[in-house]
Amino acid sequence: MSILTLTLKDQLAVPLEAEALSPDALGHLSLDEVRAVPLYLGKRRRRIDELFDVAGQPGDELHLRGDLHRVKWIGRGMTRGRITVDGNVGMHLGAHMKGGEIEVRGDAGDWIGAEMTGGFIRVRGNAGGQAGAAYRGSMAGMRNGTIIIEGSAGLEIGMRMRRGTIVIGGPAKDFAGLQMKGGTIVLLRGAEIRTGAWMVRGTIISLAPLPLLPTFAFACSQNPVFLNLYAKRLKAWGISLPYAPHEGCYDCYSGDASAPGKGELLVWRPA
Amino acid sequence: MRIIGGKVYDPASGLDGVVKEICIADGRIVAEAAGGRTIDATGMIVFPGGVDVHTHVAGGAINFARAMTPEDHRRTQAFIRTQTGRSGLGGMAPTTFATGYLYAGMGWTTLNEAAVPILSAKHTHEELRDVPIVDKSCLVLMANNEIVLDLLEAGEIERAKQVVAWQIWASKAYGVKAVNPGGVAAWKWGKDAKQLDDPIEGYNKLTPGAIVSGLAQIVEELGLPHPLHLHCNNLGAPGNISTTLETMRRLEGRRAHMAHLQYHAYGGDDWSTMRSETVALAEYFNAHPNMTTDAGAVLFGDTVTITADGPWQHLLYKLTGRKWGNLDVENETGCGIVPYTYRPSNLVNAVQWAAGLELLLLIDDPWRVFLSTDHPNGACFWRYPEIIQLLMCADFRRDCIAKLSPQALQRITLPELDREYTLYEIATITSAGPARALGLPQKGQLGVGADADLVIYEEEADIARMFGHPRYVIKGGEIVIEDGEIRATPHGREFLVQPGYDETIEGFLRPLFEDCYTMSFENYPVELERIEQPEIRDCIAVE
Repeated sequence: MSILTLTLKDQLAVPLEAEALSPDALGHLSLDEVRAVPLYLGKRRRRIDELFDVAGQPGDELHLRGDLHRVKWIGRGMTRGRITVDGNVGMHLGAHMKGGEIEVRGDAGDWIGAEMTGGFIRVRGNAGGQAGAAYRGSMAGMRNGTIIIEGSAGLEIGMRMRRGTIVIGGPAKDFAGLQMKGGTIVLLRGAEIRTGAWMVRGTIISLAPLPLLPTFAFACSQNPVFLNLYAKRLKAWGISLPYAPHEGCYDCYSGDASAPGKGELLVWRPA
Repeated sequence: MRIIGGKVYDPASGLDGVVKEICIADGRIVAEAAGGRTIDATGMIVFPGGVDVHTHVAGGAINFARAMTPEDHRRTQAFIRTQTGRSGLGGMAPTTFATGYLYAGMGWTTLNEAAVPILSAKHTHEELRDVPIVDKSCLVLMANNEIVLDLLEAGEIERAKQVVAWQIWASKAYGVKAVNPGGVAAWKWGKDAKQLDDPIEGYNKLTPGAIVSGLAQIVEELGLPHPLHLHCNNLGAPGNISTTLETMRRLEGRRAHMAHLQYHAYGGDDWSTMRSETVALAEYFNAHPNMTTDAGAVLFGDTVTITADGPWQHLLYKLTGRKWGNLDVENETGCGIVPYTYRPSNLVNAVQWAAGLELLLLIDDPWRVFLSTDHPNGACFWRYPEIIQLLMCADFRRDCIAKLSPQALQRITLPELDREYTLYEIATITSAGPARALGLPQKGQLGVGADADLVIYEEEADIARMFGHPRYVIKGGEIVIEDGEIRATPHGREFLVQPGYDETIEGFLRPLFEDCYTMSFENYPVELERIEQPEIRDCIAVE
């Protein structure tokens, strides 16, 4: 497979607008054409080869190296291929993406996978807030696809998401699942306050106790059958989700009654 | 400048596709002109510049709508700054400069902002100043102004007339708009006023009917060039046809402009039985030449609804569950904003879509029914060419009707209508008619002495494309659009009226202000200097 490798030459002092860094935009170009692709460093137009060492062969795989925490919009709207990043990335990674795969071996900024409709994003480190969220004013956040953040995550994870799956390995901050309309958020180490506020549908699963809003009502304790399917799917990504009755059960809460909503919060209670 | 070889459609002069030379000098149409540029318009058609009698493009409400819809800003047409043009955004609620470019870009050269509270009139005029190219006017909201309502309740019609005249000049408006008379005042108590004889919350005997007839009388006695511009009670509700017809009966013998009539043309008892009642409405309208109307047509797609009719917007918010903005404009009016998507699969929306077109097709006299979408409520103004195509092409209309559900077809009359508008009639409903209704004799026509506002289209089969992409747009004798490019962005004029009033009325108003308003009386009126190129129009002499 052809792999194009871009290595950041110097630390960036201002944000780099890099929606061109995706297999869709670069995969069909020659190496010389890739070098000449314009990016905006702050308000200044720069060529890719002014900022990155370019090597390899353009194709369906893009490999980025360096501390890219000021590089925004990587993989925006991508439909195919794979991006791997050795280092940190900035905001809006994979926003609006429709397909393909992104893996970050480092930390990521805010708004990763915002309003995505398909594809797969995996962040090995921590991420900022608003992963899979709706941009301000939009009716819906991510509509499909998967986001896995192995570390911690910031505010408003999955805000207004309609479908898809978000898994957070570390602790999440406030308002996870804010105004959620569908889909699933799995919190392996719980979240801070106001989880599921104004959610109308969808499922939030937490393996750690959650400080619940008073507008969530306890419904029952159970081991939902559908979690078997989820557990198998997550296992393929190396994530363990308990579901067997002898291990414990889930306390199920419904809400948010202030919306009013029919969402469900499943909080794991070990046996 | 001379324009030669073009087929001229000028309903005010009775010219129906006549090949005629048009000469321009000093911003006006003249009989002969020497020198200057000659445009060969052979094979093209020449229209007077479009006039929009009812639109919402400036002021607090549309600005609130802009702020409420950032999602639209991200997906819409962006105007990048050039040597001639400023930056801006199109979309559901275009920014000020973009509004001017988009209107001029399809050949419209005059517009009438249809709802301005006095309290936000300064803001509105500041924004109108930033709408380039087109000439403008605005209407001041009166039917829920508590000072006026108190006087009407007390039967002090003469003093009410003085107050209205003072307020028109204070707001630097061109006419009077009535929105849901009494209903918005009642909304401050959480109520509405749907029927003409309903009591209005907060008043003892005042009714919407009394406000309508009182304001119509006042506007007529003041001799305003544009009659009372009326948004009836009970907008948007199933069965509101009875309210609309009753309102028209109350106005018999007086001039009135019925705004966005489509929203007032429904039968049925509830949302599930709602149907179009345009046949009965058009029949009554056709028989009463005292009235004009604009269609308020609806097109399917995303938009944002804004109106001073606060209670209706609250209902719309409850129906849709979408975002809702509400403004309470002290003692004058209210305002609501709700983004909305009209869908052909939605029975109510399908009826609304058909009703707008039905009114345009059923009202016989094109001099009395005008093209509008009540921008941005029914659709954005830059979609007018789509409506023109629906009016001119019965086959295209049938293709669109075929996409509606069988249930919708049972509730509309549109499939039975075969009428196709001619170019002459399109020129009437988009330009000549609204100019006459606004009392702007120098607009909407190409006779000698008229403003040199005209548009040249390259004739082609695709009607929507033709009207959406004029070859030339000329405003005040200057080419502003050529081949889709903005060539010049002159400032437009603003039309005002200064009805006479007894200056002692300020002695009556001042203490009311000091008691009730949050601003001082001195700061209330809009200064004339704030208006870009004001042109004060004469009122009609009243015996």
